[in-house]
Amino acid sequence: MNILCVIRQVPDGEAKLRINNSKVDLEGVTVIMDGMDEYGVEQALRLRESGASVEQIIVLAVGPARNEDAIRTALAMGADRAIHVETSEYLDPIALSKIVAQVAQEENVSLIFTGGQQSDWDSQALGASTAERLSWPQVTWTNALELSGETLKGKHDIDEGAETFEVDLPAIITTQQGLNDPRYPTLPNIMKAKKKELRKDTLDRYGVQAKIRHVSSNIQVKERAGKLIDGKDPQAAAAQLLELLRNEAKVIS
Amino acid sequence: MILLVADHNNGKPSKMALELVQAARDLGREGPITALVLGQNLTAVANELSQYVEQVLVADLPQLANYNPEIWAAAVTQIAQEGEAHTILVGASRSGREYSARVAVKLDAPLLEDVIKVQDQGGALQGTKYAYLARVTEVYESSAPVTVVSVKPGAYNPASPAGSAGEQYDVELELPTSRTRSTGKVIEKTTRVPLTEADIVITGGRGVGSPENFSSLIEGLADNLGAGVGATRAVVDAGWRPYGEQVGQTGKTVAPKAYIAIGVSGAVQHLSGMGKSKYIVAVNKDPEAPIFKNADYGIVGDLHQVIPALIEATRK
Ligand SMILES: Cc1cc2nc3c(=O)[nH]c(=O)nc-3n(C[C@H](O)[C@H](O)[C@H](O)COP(=O)(O)OP(=O)(O)OC[C@H]3O[C@@H](n4cnc5c(N)ncnc54)[C@H](O)[C@@H]3O)c2cc1C
Repeated sequence: MNILCVIRQVPDGEAKLRINNSKVDLEGVTVIMDGMDEYGVEQALRLRESGASVEQIIVLAVGPARNEDAIRTALAMGADRAIHVETSEYLDPIALSKIVAQVAQEENVSLIFTGGQQSDWDSQALGASTAERLSWPQVTWTNALELSGETLKGKHDIDEGAETFEVDLPAIITTQQGLNDPRYPTLPNIMKAKKKELRKDTLDRYGVQAKIRHVSSNIQVKERAGKLIDGKDPQAAAAQLLELLRNEAKVIS
Repeated sequence: MILLVADHNNGKPSKMALELVQAARDLGREGPITALVLGQNLTAVANELSQYVEQVLVADLPQLANYNPEIWAAAVTQIAQEGEAHTILVGASRSGREYSARVAVKLDAPLLEDVIKVQDQGGALQGTKYAYLARVTEVYESSAPVTVVSVKPGAYNPASPAGSAGEQYDVELELPTSRTRSTGKVIEKTTRVPLTEADIVITGGRGVGSPENFSSLIEGLADNLGAGVGATRAVVDAGWRPYGEQVGQTGKTVAPKAYIAIGVSGAVQHLSGMGKSKYIVAVNKDPEAPIFKNADYGIVGDLHQVIPALIEATRK
């Protein structure tokens, strides 16, 4: 079978963000493959290593030219080849799912991995909306997964706690913490990855348009009082903090 | 009409369902506010909901006894189409964020996801949401005839009853069979206030040192303050606390009146889950810990001394 891993390139969590023309401006910001998506790439590799007949592990990224860095990381982890739909147009997850679904069909894929929640648009919609377009089942927030024959078995989080599940291929899995520990690409593999196929594609092939329009972005800075108390005298510090919580913040009685 | 999907538990509409009612009222779009309830044995829920909205649509079916994304999406889509809903509101729980995406695709409609505010701007719908690990707020607009909106829990105050009882209707649905089989559930039980509803949350980080310290110090203080208990991912990964207590990007999002972070460094992935708390308090021995930059009040000191003193001072 072929596995498709959808990845996003996102700003590093520690990167300082700024707004330019009411948009987040990522010029000069350190960008990385989203940690959530790494779990999916890793899991695809592990399925192959555990003996499943995985023919190809294909990576898909949609975004501007610099996404190549994240793609190379996924290839260096061990994915076989990649498709990069190069665009700087804004696409929301529902619009993006249309591309993912088309690629999945063209590439004859029977399992798709993507992150549970991407850390740039803070969205959880990509997995489920892609599944709907393909009329496939999806399981979100998966933190344990194995394949036996054509059946995936695993565990995932739900509203009230956790659930074990079984689902037959083809299916979409969204990944998260606990699923695995993604490997670091080694230097030889980074070198090898440079020779792997990275097919460039254009957006117009897919007939996709966002149905929502971005209006504005604002950095969220809530002014915090920042009152620090020296804890060398623990009793005095505790008393002072409780006084602030009672009389200034009024959050305890 | 405005269609909202009303979650419920133990025969009552959930807090989130009443928050959706408030969002629908504030929106002030045309047509009746209609609540859809999916499940089994819904009489009590439907009766109570009818105190809040003009219409309650009741889908009382065995296939709806348990949540399933494929079935929920099919049900909501059918009702939205038959009722010609222009706005579909869903609570942005894990399940809500999942099936709302499927509904959007089925209806070929845009999705405004996880909004903290939704407004009608001259016919278009504008939704405000967090992005970039909640470091940014973004506004998106839909001018489509039908829009699906998932609303972040806690973003609206729960509505109060309307004063006159709404109509109730039973609905029929054609539902698919799900292709995912549930083989077992682990329901998280806690005797404490649920994290997402607590007014005060006390969270311990790796600095707490051990599971035993966590019980005596973090739970000890939480007991005295009637608080919910949270944990960082480092603590959960170490196996000291269950995942259900994790706050952050891959855990829960909370916004209590006071969030007290003890032995927590304040990584962005953690901040994204608690940064909207009204007051943030930190106890950390490192004055340079990033958490202090995001705190209203902080004690710079050793938690092994400071927390026992706090427990002592809050003892009732
Ligand atoms: C994809 C991804 C998702 C993530 N999701 C989450 C998430 O949902 N939630 C989350 O929390 N993290 C998440 N993380 C991890 C996050 O980056 C941090 O690693 C984690 O939050 C650190 O936890 P901590 O603050 O408990 O531990 P540390 O960073 O180790 O901090 C411990 C703190 O305790 C202080 N300390 C130590 N001893 C004492 C003492 N005696 N008295 C007082 N203070 C003391 C130290 O000064 C330090 O600041 C995620 C990471 C990734 C990559």
